Amino acid sequence: MRPFDYQRPARTAHAINVAASQDAGGIRVQYLAGGTILLDLMKLDVVRPSLLVDISRLEDAGLRGIDRVRGGLRFGALVTMAELAADRGVARDYPVITQSLQLGASAQLRNMASLGGNVLQRTRCSYFRDVSYRQCNKRTPGSGCAALDGHHRSHAVLGVSNACIAAYPGDWAQALIALDARIEVIGAAGGRSLRFADLHRLPGATPHVETVLAPGDLITGFFIPEGPWRRSCYVKIRDRASYAFANASAAVALVLDGDRVTDVRIGLGGVATVPWRAVTAEAVLRGHMLDEATAQRAADAEFAAASARDQNTFKVPLGKATMVRALLEAKALEIGE
Amino acid sequence: MDRVSDRGKAKLDKQQSPQVSRRHFLTASAAIGVLPAGVEIASAQQAIEPPAQLTRTITLNVNERRRAAEIDLRSTLLDVLRDKLSLTGSKMGCDHGQCGACTVHIDGKRQLACLTLSVSAEERDIVTIEGVASRERLHPMQQAFIDNDALQCGYCTPGQIMSAIACVREGHASNADEIREYMSGNLCRCAAYPNIVAAIEQAAPKMGRG
Repeated sequence: MRPFDYQRPARTAHAINVAASQDAGGIRVQYLAGGTILLDLMKLDVVRPSLLVDISRLEDAGLRGIDRVRGGLRFGALVTMAELAADRGVARDYPVITQSLQLGASAQLRNMASLGGNVLQRTRCSYFRDVSYRQCNKRTPGSGCAALDGHHRSHAVLGVSNACIAAYPGDWAQALIALDARIEVIGAAGGRSLRFADLHRLPGATPHVETVLAPGDLITGFFIPEGPWRRSCYVKIRDRASYAFANASAAVALVLDGDRVTDVRIGLGGVATVPWRAVTAEAVLRGHMLDEATAQRAADAEFAAASARDQNTFKVPLGKATMVRALLEAKALEIGE
Repeated sequence: MDRVSDRGKAKLDKQQSPQVSRRHFLTASAAIGVLPAGVEIASAQQAIEPPAQLTRTITLNVNERRRAAEIDLRSTLLDVLRDKLSLTGSKMGCDHGQCGACTVHIDGKRQLACLTLSVSAEERDIVTIEGVASRERLHPMQQAFIDNDALQCGYCTPGQIMSAIACVREGHASNADEIREYMSGNLCRCAAYPNIVAAIEQAAPKMGRG
């Protein structure tokens, strides 16, 4: 690991001031919460901060609560994955949130990892993670993409460009994007709220720019608009029965009137470069009877724009089948009153 | 790793045994062995020492004792437990948070020492494998691992036991499927898994939780 300086401010405002001012002075700054992504990438020399601002002890109540608020739920950004996964009220009323957390990482990692850090996790592309490969447009803009003609079995088929096909590997983000979550951010210029769907940027020609966050910006919380989402689930397909990233996954929330879909939300993981809201599939399903045939039509429509390469063509039928399975599982749920 | 200056800073380790441990003897011999003839140990210390601003003295609460250590800011809790505090029960398997061999308890929760900066672990309550037995007897989980032959080479075992104790306390050990799922962050290349599951099933009722 390269040398770095370390500060642990006691107050959120101080932490943001330190991060924003140091960044403006050309010092590379990273916030440190659970450290489960950051320390991994620092050991690989992929991320090279000169200053770590440790936010793991900030005491502001807004960073740590799981609360019902007017219009929905609010989670503080320093809540751990394990804490939110264990919340019984969320498990009853928004099971897709709970399952997308439980099926990610390991118990140890879930105890350490913050919600704010979780959504900012980086790709698992083996070229991104290995600095001995010069060609990585995410690490070094303009250097090329070694995955295009290299190993890309775990890479994306949706949202890709000829500059980057790296998959977004997270699970919880699919529940967030499906349920129209919002995030709260505080930065040098003050606080703002934005749609979670607007946080991540498609790679396009600039894969090194992954989010809309400015230097020093700190995610402080998440808001889930309340909704009738008891009929929801998260299905994750991976090479192993547990403890592996998704080859394909689907976060689904359904409102049914008999067999007719009055509302549906779908987030897709493992197959896209960013958290993926399957708006095309949703449009196919709304107002129609849900059965395997309509679910398949919706999946076909969503993946019509997929762009696969030699080793990840399987992700197209697998991604569709995962969406279909999640829809039918959600439909079959027995929902108590 | 800077072995020679470790010895010089042994005075900071209040738990230092008066005897030279086998580990210290071996590492000191190795350090001396690689110096060219005529080079003083003092100048080797200067060559290896990190820049001054990269080090600081921290105090950690480990196994109900306060332990001080001078650390490199880049060191993880795992590095400090093993190399500064001589608590070598926690193992380095992958150093990237993927294998679980370094599992310890921090404030009562199972976490990975290899992805925890040592400086970030100050003022937290840390329990390692060295801290789970009582003065009189092994922890029920340790005994169960022995009774069920839940290890072969033993390298993953401290992490498995720390993870298993926490798994039971979390209430995630009610059946074999749940145990397998909630222990999935601890890898065992000897594949002792069936016996690990049996050990946890044996120990859970003795710990008062299922």
